[in-house]
Amino acid sequence: MRIDCPNCGSRDRREFQYLGAAVLMDRPAPDAGEQAFVEYVYFRENPAGAHRELWLHEMGCRSWIVAERNMGTHEFASTRLAADVKRGAK
Amino acid sequence: MSRLTSGGQIDRTQPLRFSFDGKSLAGFKGDTLASALLANDIRLVGRSFKYHRPRGILSAGSEEPNALMQLGQGDQTTPNVRATTQELYDGLIAASQNRFPSLAFDLLSVNDLMAPFFGAGFYYKTFMWPKSFWEKVYEPFIRRAAGLGRLSGKADRALYDKAFAHCDLLVIGGGPAGLMAALTAARGGLDVILADEDFAFGGRLNSETVEIAGQPGAGWAAQVVTELAGMANVRLMPRTTVTGAYDGGTYAALQRVSHHLADPADHLPLETFWRIAARRTILAGGAIERPIAFANNDRPGVMMASAVRSYANRFAVLPGQKISLFTNNDDGHRTALDLLRLGADIAAVVDTRGDVAAMGDYPLITGGQVTGTSGRLGLKSITVSSASGRLKVATDCLAVSGGWNPSVHLTCHMNGRPVWREDIAAFVPADNAIPGMRVAGAANGDFSTHAALSAGAAAAAEALGDLGKPAPATVFPAAEDAPIQLEPFWHFTGSKGRAWLDLQNDVTTKDVALAHRENFRSVEHMKRYTTLGMATDQGKTSNVGGLAVMADLTQRSIPETGTTTFRPPYSPVALGALGAHGAGKDFAPSRFLPSDALARELGAHFIEMGVWYRPSLFPQSGETHWRQTCDREMRMVRSAVGITDITPFGKIDVQGADAAVLLDLVYANTMSSLKQGRVRYGVMLREDGMALDDGTCARLGEDHFVLTTTAGAASDVFAHLEFCTQVLRPELDVQFFSVTDQWAQFSIAGPRSRELVSGLCDEDISNERIPYMACAEVTIGGIGCRLFRISFSGEQSYEIAIPARYGEALARELGQRAAALGGGWYGLEALNALRIEKGYLTHAEMTGQYTADALGIGGMVSAKKDCIGKVLSQRSALVGPGKMELIGLKPVSPLKQFSGGAFLFSQGARQVLGNEEGHVTSHCYSPSLDHVIAMAFLRDGRSRLGEHIIMKDNARGIEAVCEVCPMVHVDPDGERLRG
Repeated sequence: MRIDCPNCGSRDRREFQYLGAAVLMDRPAPDAGEQAFVEYVYFRENPAGAHRELWLHEMGCRSWIVAERNMGTHEFASTRLAADVKRGAK
Repeated sequence: MSRLTSGGQIDRTQPLRFSFDGKSLAGFKGDTLASALLANDIRLVGRSFKYHRPRGILSAGSEEPNALMQLGQGDQTTPNVRATTQELYDGLIAASQNRFPSLAFDLLSVNDLMAPFFGAGFYYKTFMWPKSFWEKVYEPFIRRAAGLGRLSGKADRALYDKAFAHCDLLVIGGGPAGLMAALTAARGGLDVILADEDFAFGGRLNSETVEIAGQPGAGWAAQVVTELAGMANVRLMPRTTVTGAYDGGTYAALQRVSHHLADPADHLPLETFWRIAARRTILAGGAIERPIAFANNDRPGVMMASAVRSYANRFAVLPGQKISLFTNNDDGHRTALDLLRLGADIAAVVDTRGDVAAMGDYPLITGGQVTGTSGRLGLKSITVSSASGRLKVATDCLAVSGGWNPSVHLTCHMNGRPVWREDIAAFVPADNAIPGMRVAGAANGDFSTHAALSAGAAAAAEALGDLGKPAPATVFPAAEDAPIQLEPFWHFTGSKGRAWLDLQNDVTTKDVALAHRENFRSVEHMKRYTTLGMATDQGKTSNVGGLAVMADLTQRSIPETGTTTFRPPYSPVALGALGAHGAGKDFAPSRFLPSDALARELGAHFIEMGVWYRPSLFPQSGETHWRQTCDREMRMVRSAVGITDITPFGKIDVQGADAAVLLDLVYANTMSSLKQGRVRYGVMLREDGMALDDGTCARLGEDHFVLTTTAGAASDVFAHLEFCTQVLRPELDVQFFSVTDQWAQFSIAGPRSRELVSGLCDEDISNERIPYMACAEVTIGGIGCRLFRISFSGEQSYEIAIPARYGEALARELGQRAAALGGGWYGLEALNALRIEKGYLTHAEMTGQYTADALGIGGMVSAKKDCIGKVLSQRSALVGPGKMELIGLKPVSPLKQFSGGAFLFSQGARQVLGNEEGHVTSHCYSPSLDHVIAMAFLRDGRSRLGEHIIMKDNARGIEAVCEVCPMVHVDPDGERLRG
């Protein structure tokens, strides 16, 4: 598998570390309550299709990357720097 | 000798000697082991897997099921080498397998007489009872009787390598389609890798008499290879099998680097395992000819027709004196013509089709079938049935052609299912089975030379188009374009003898019928019940034949019957190659302390902590047990001064206007209130509320902090900070960097530590200026250093960080000064015991399963601010009664040692799993107390101080009554720290 790092280009997936669904970007407010944090930490969709997820280019530029990957075919539709995505979301 | 006096692609000027089963034989450069054996009239080369039947060479390629050899000798022996792909070299030593005492007389061939009892699944039924016999009697017997080659049982000393390659276009297979594809793409400017499993490019062109552009096919191939070799954008990889197709255009390939060399240079690996990243791929892997199943079709001398042409045309060897053919298509006739041209004697051509005419001067039996054979150690005759009756034909070689199966294997590695093509009676690859891959030539069912050339060129033109380049104008070479003339014929069902489908696993048509009777009718079940298509050849010559038999039995078509799943690797890959550079010291990097050389001079014992090599003990003369050393080092620290190298602790330099904001988010306690020049102990949580790591945080300036982490958690903590700053709070103005390697760091601990350090530093480091938990920048011998007044031992203690290049010099200076004060070096054993005496945590306690509260530092979670993990650390399940709490343990009566991981039970409780109330995490002997102590998790432990409890370790047979006590055993008020 190969992943397009926005900084480094197409790289072997062994350079990356997988974290999980990109919902981890949206940390609840401190006063959102226990249930909101339980859902944030534990509850995940498992779609047989497009999935937004976080990868760390651990053996490269060490950027956190938001990737859109098809869980059925492992095809990547897009990769963006998580910091850019987060700033854009504001 | 069966060697022809001229012709072929062997080099008669380079004769080679080799040995087979101890007999010295001769061959030429350009031979395979198989062709050299045939040239020496050796037809019997092995014994079969189950029945120990005599077997000969079937094929001339990697699909070979029979001719498996043990190569080399001693601990460098390699089993299951296919003689058909092994290049001959001078001094090659080969031995046949699975026979005792000799190939011609094999005692276990008695199995063949017992065949009625050894059908498919026999061991499931036969060895049912007594149960205890399976491991001791049945399995060892089966393993002795069955099987192929044997491993030496010694370590493999051979060198293996791994490598990476990138290209625009990977062409798999160097036959006519692959060569034409590579040539077109390379001329069009693509970076091309051309890989072929053979040592000579050309594929079938080397074995056939076809012409391309008016010259022999092999000559055309050589010409193309010469042009490709001269191009900078082409990498030719002969002896390289592409073994697997993976996501994103990644391919695995095994290159045999020195298997063919008589005396390889020391630096050469035996094999190199490649990962190739290709933007586009063309699979031109050709096709494999399929046998026809008939009674006793496994005798030495029964071969594939394509193999007979290979041996005759490429290697100039006639595999028999009187050769017969059995075919259902025109290839059998072409084989006869080739053999006639070379002067061979054709006994008969048996064609299953009724309406064909001879293409030359040979006896033809139309509408005929070979129904049996004779010859125990080698073929002597065949029985042919036809409309004109039964006929016995004397022959020593039968060439069989049942049509061709395209090599679809790689196209199935990503769930692709091949598609049945009725006109050629074969499976071809599904469209777009592998993203980025096109299939050309025989691999796609295009069997003529012309079709292969044009498909290769077309596929390359499409790849060029994909990558934005125009296809070059290529003069297209003329070649034969014979249509395939074939009548499907799979197996002869009329005779009583066993008809082999899978020669390697000894599976016959009767085994498939048995599977059918016992309702293992799905192809996947049939494969596993009969073992058809397993072992080293993965059914390359047997798979489709087996499907055809099952299709007949179930009265379905072959496509309805379906195929089993082809998985990587295409052909066997040695574990040594997969694990290249993954053994011994290559497995992980080795990291050495700045004081490593000094510690070795001092005779320290080392242990591996993660990737670091750290001294565990500094034994002195007369010390014969590790405890003597450890206890002395601990007393030294508590009474004078000890030094230890703590460089592996993670050090992270954090700077920026929002540095304190980040630290307040990641630490459970508040760091923004920390004053400059002060250090604070901190704990980080994961978002699920469990403790991630602990360490210190020093504020060097308003916007400048230095964190320390546990050695083992350094990379996790660093990635966590990156997550927080990039994913959660990218707006923060904060930068950080790991400076673990940049600073050598030493701990100086003990009541005389200040005496030592003040003599070193140019500045005043009095208790007033540098009190407990202070930090400062100091100079030592003119070098800027950092001084931290922190402790991991409970003693008055300093840590000095110095730029790493001065680390060793400082270490030597510290050692000398410590010695003058009655102190010296201490190792990890003492360091660990000192921290247990003081109740400090390590990752024996901070396993990721416990909250700060469980660890006894719940008070550090600030009520005034948010932090990662705060909300979930206060979940009801984690704060209610019955939760684990870390406590200390001491023995009630004399005890030799506590036991790490031992369970704790209430007195009187049944000692069974489920009743345990906690476990021991860390333990040591305390010289200060003169008895053993431990740290342990215990339910509601902090409210059970003084209670007597049972420690039970069933694995080590230790049981003891102990008392629950506070964790801090030494200096509970911290007076020594502040002194």
